Amino acid sequence: MRNNTGRDIAVGLFVIASLAAIAYLALQLGGLSFGGEETMRIYANFDEIGGLKPRAPVVVAGVRVGQVDSIGLAEDYRARVAFDVESRLELPVDSSASIVTSGVLGDRYISLQLGGDDLILADGDDIEFVESAVVLERLIGQLIHNTNIDSSKE
Amino acid sequence: MITQLANLGARSIFFIEEVGRVAYFGGQILVAAAKRPIRARRFVDEVFRLGVLSLIIICVCGLAVGAVLGLQGYNTLERFGATDSLGTVVGLSLIRELGPVLTALLTTGRAGSATTAEIGTMAATEQLDGLRMMSINPIHYVVMPKAFAMVFVMPLLSALFIVCGIAGGYLVGVFWGIDPGSYMTGLESAVTFQDDILGSFLKSLIFGILVGLISTYRGYSSEPTSAGVSAATTTTVVEASVVILIFDYFITALWGV
Amino acid sequence: MTDNGAEPSDHLRLDQVSMKFGQRTVFENLSFSLPPGEISVIIGGSGSGKSTVLRLIGGLVSPQSGRIVVEGQDISLAGNDVLETARNKIGMLFQGGALLDSLTVFENLALPLREHTDLDDESIATEVHDRLDAVGLSGIDDLLPNQLSGGMRKRVALARAIIRKPSILLCDEPFSGLDPISTRKVEALLVDINRRRGITIVVVSHHVASTMRMASQIVVLLPDGLVVGSPQELQNHNDPRVKAFLTADRDQPSEMVEEVEVLPSGRRT
Repeated sequence: MRNNTGRDIAVGLFVIASLAAIAYLALQLGGLSFGGEETMRIYANFDEIGGLKPRAPVVVAGVRVGQVDSIGLAEDYRARVAFDVESRLELPVDSSASIVTSGVLGDRYISLQLGGDDLILADGDDIEFVESAVVLERLIGQLIHNTNIDSSKE
Repeated sequence: MITQLANLGARSIFFIEEVGRVAYFGGQILVAAAKRPIRARRFVDEVFRLGVLSLIIICVCGLAVGAVLGLQGYNTLERFGATDSLGTVVGLSLIRELGPVLTALLTTGRAGSATTAEIGTMAATEQLDGLRMMSINPIHYVVMPKAFAMVFVMPLLSALFIVCGIAGGYLVGVFWGIDPGSYMTGLESAVTFQDDILGSFLKSLIFGILVGLISTYRGYSSEPTSAGVSAATTTTVVEASVVILIFDYFITALWGV
Repeated sequence: MTDNGAEPSDHLRLDQVSMKFGQRTVFENLSFSLPPGEISVIIGGSGSGKSTVLRLIGGLVSPQSGRIVVEGQDISLAGNDVLETARNKIGMLFQGGALLDSLTVFENLALPLREHTDLDDESIATEVHDRLDAVGLSGIDDLLPNQLSGGMRKRVALARAIIRKPSILLCDEPFSGLDPISTRKVEALLVDINRRRGITIVVVSHHVASTMRMASQIVVLLPDGLVVGSPQELQNHNDPRVKAFLTADRDQPSEMVEEVEVLPSGRRT
């Protein structure tokens, strides 16, 4: 059995090194935390979500506090977005959610601006004040249209 | 025309039979696994031979692939002025695709072929019959530890490959002047546990099962001659590689990994 | 040797056994029994199915039809449990030795004991060294099979074949690939094991000189049947083919050729 000891140590080291690699991938890169952050579910209805996708970040003052879970169509044909944010956040009920873009053509994400109410949003609540995504093409289209009208008046 | 049709039919039947035989063989391994003793000693020895001895090739290839990805990614991203996304590009392609697949292909070549050759040689030199005559089931004593060791080491090697690859991309990226911080944050914000890491793990686990099953089956069913063993070894490498790539497509399509 | 009071012919008996590999018929309706506690030798030309007979007795292959009785038990259609019980009474010496080449000599011999007995390490070591003594070997515990010469490997394999105190020992070409001195040594060992331990020995061989010296019964497999008898009886047999086999003595080239074509048992790939 003696000639097996070195081999056993090598196997042990191999397994430890591999588990360290897996842990690094899961915890550091994957952002997995064990039982860590409690989250609460918030809903918001938007007229237009642009290119918002599930797993897009939710930020407060640019700090990531959660992510979009799912996007569906509400009864009134508006986009209903469900997203999770950390439960420890005390978000006033008159906070507003807006869909913004990182950079000119970058990814969409949800930014929360805090309101001033004393009542706090709880799990399952809706955010009333929303600001829809700005669709660049539509904006440009409007701009051109307006310019045309202006010039024809003169 | 008729003969071609008959030919096709015969081939299809043979293929289905072969799949059945492999599945039956896998069932035998599982049945054996339920029996005592558990062969921990043999398992550890196989982890050493399949895992530890594959370490160098896995790490070197991981570094090389990561470096190439870094270079290619940098050159491409530079055109769009998006070199900050290099971490995302390198990391995601390694984790979701290249890590599990290349590890499985490398392990097939390095360890799968060796497994087939060893079991085949044992059959050719009557060692398997020797075990049977000692009332020791060769599937329990020889095949099971090898197959399970393969399934065990595959995700571990894949994780090491990915980490080495990320390091390789990092080195190249930093050498070309990318901010180390943006490489890592790009990586961390893009990778999610549930979709990317878990999926990657699942992929390499399935590849481990495939390679373990194919390599042991080919060895066990090889003709007991030196020509038979060498043919079986070749078959293992070809079959396992093709099956890995086909399964990779379907896993990606079905689970979106 | 026989338990449950069965008659001696039930010790080891083939009854109307037919064997085919694919299209090729190896033999049909083969019947003979081997006496307990004696050395029997099966001889026959290449492809006559000598080794197949041993593999049938060991249960490594199943016949298309017929019964194979080992220690009063029909193993021809037996399941794994019955086979294992039968194999507990059978030791087999394979042509190339069939030692596990990843294990040392000691571990090779200890393996069946570790698998099937509750002996502690000390008793296992005693048993292993007893058998190695019996084949005249010592001090090679830690060598690997591929570090041994062909003759030593055969003797280690012989020691392993008798480690579980079998009542039947099957030897597949025990003299193949051996020089004359090693041949003599293995032959003497087989005779010694048979006398001291009272083990029934079945040898498949084409080595006529050894056969005539050690066999108490010879089975000659011919393409259309078989001839059984003691060496003396067969020497005066009136079938010319039997005579041809048995007089094909030392300087007969056919035997030399067969000795050479046998596995180069020393090498691994």
